[in-house]
Amino acid sequence: MTSPGTNHDCCAHHSHHHELVIEGLTVCYRNLVAIEEVSLATSCGNRVGLIGPNGAGKSTLLKAVAGLLPRTAGTIAWRGSAVRKWSREFSYLPQREEVDWSFPITVRGLVEMGRYPHLGLMRRFTAADAEAVEKALATLGIEDLAGRQIRELSGGQQQRAFLARAVSQEAHVLLLDEPFTGLDRSAAASLASLIGALAEEGRLIIASHHDLESAPRLFNQVLLLNRTQRAFGPTGEVLTAQAIDSAFAA
Amino acid sequence: MLAPFQDPFFQRALLAALLIGFTNGFFSGFVVLRRTALSVSALSHTMLPGIALGILVTGALTQANAFIGALAAAMFVGLGSVVVSRASRVAQGTALAVLYTTAFAAGVAILPLLDTATELEEWLFGDITSVSDADLWIAFAIAGIILVFSNLFFRPLLLTLFEPSVAAAQGVPVRAMNYLLFGLLILALVASLQAVGCVLSVGLLVAPAATLSLLTNRTQWLFWGGALLGAAGSVGALLMSWHTGLPAGPSIVIVLGFFFLLAFLLSPKYGLLPRMAAAAHRSP
Repeated sequence: MTSPGTNHDCCAHHSHHHELVIEGLTVCYRNLVAIEEVSLATSCGNRVGLIGPNGAGKSTLLKAVAGLLPRTAGTIAWRGSAVRKWSREFSYLPQREEVDWSFPITVRGLVEMGRYPHLGLMRRFTAADAEAVEKALATLGIEDLAGRQIRELSGGQQQRAFLARAVSQEAHVLLLDEPFTGLDRSAAASLASLIGALAEEGRLIIASHHDLESAPRLFNQVLLLNRTQRAFGPTGEVLTAQAIDSAFAA
Repeated sequence: MLAPFQDPFFQRALLAALLIGFTNGFFSGFVVLRRTALSVSALSHTMLPGIALGILVTGALTQANAFIGALAAAMFVGLGSVVVSRASRVAQGTALAVLYTTAFAAGVAILPLLDTATELEEWLFGDITSVSDADLWIAFAIAGIILVFSNLFFRPLLLTLFEPSVAAAQGVPVRAMNYLLFGLLILALVASLQAVGCVLSVGLLVAPAATLSLLTNRTQWLFWGGALLGAAGSVGALLMSWHTGLPAGPSIVIVLGFFFLLAFLLSPKYGLLPRMAAAAHRSP
């Protein structure tokens, strides 16, 4: 069950789903190969978990898909056309420690940033933009927190604020870097159900994750990664004891 | 009470204080968000030898010469600190401190040798009461450039400051935005030279937004509130200096520093005293 990247052409014709197809993605830092030959094909509505040990290249893969890192080789296609560098329909949520939480910005200000790619430099922030922001806040259930500075939120609320930004951006592909890290059990459970709801609305969720035990509950597809791609497919088929051993042993 | 407003020198000084206070107060938002107050201080000191060299080479002091000299010196010291830190074990902050104090000292040493009417003290601490009509036009032009460019590029600049990597992934030319900020910063410093001199210019470029950051979490207010505070503080300080005889430049920075102290102590949400009162209330 490795890289089913070859049969996507026929699927695209017969399904209304938007497809994300990654082929042969390789990213190098100077002389170091961070990830090599990653290929996968998935579509909207799925929750894809990137699983692997520390340093396996999970964040690198997410950042390369988001356009934060240059690709050394490989292609990314979204809805049938190549993504050269970045796409407005992708939204990347950084790891917690990469965010400047003391930045003087409110939750609403953060969610408004999601409209910037639509607005460009000159266009005014219209009533329609304000409505998109309100809707995003409501979708993630954080209307009451809109006036708070982002540090004055709990970990789960912070993740929801960033997800709300992705929703106001009208992103179809959500690239989440370790979204469950540092959350307590109930915050993780509510984040999981929100992510499930976002996927059901037709978004594609791709999240790095390091906890094998909770992975089957959170994701319906899994990419097992340890610098090279070890397996990709439905969670139940990929997360076998043998595959896990091989990915985590190397 | 109205006497100062009838003096044409003072009228020009007030207008200059209003323009420079407003513009630099606005721009201080970027300095505070970028957390580069210390390197701004280094740059402001670096301008002195740059301007001195500009006069030495061209033989005349104009705002254009001053700007080019200041820009060249700032680039030289800024890039120099990067080169030194990459080519040795010295940290960049350390290299910057050595380079800018050396450059500043060179400026102080060169200035008396130059054939200009401007006194050293004026360079160091400014003299807003001696602005000419031409100076006012320059201040007006600089204010226009800074306000137009920083508002035109406000969204990409904000994204760049908050999350540079995400900004890049959304197609923001992050490097160009950083150069834009650097260029506008040098312009703002050149403008404030006249008002408060190179030693104190950093006060005008940090204190207003730093004060606002204690009062609000709304990013926009950091900029527009900073602009209003910078303008009000500069004009108020000028009036105070007319009545008390205190020098104008230092008065401006003192007043802005006083505003900051007030906000630090009294801000309803983040002030020291309200927080202490709330803590005392919780644990009787």
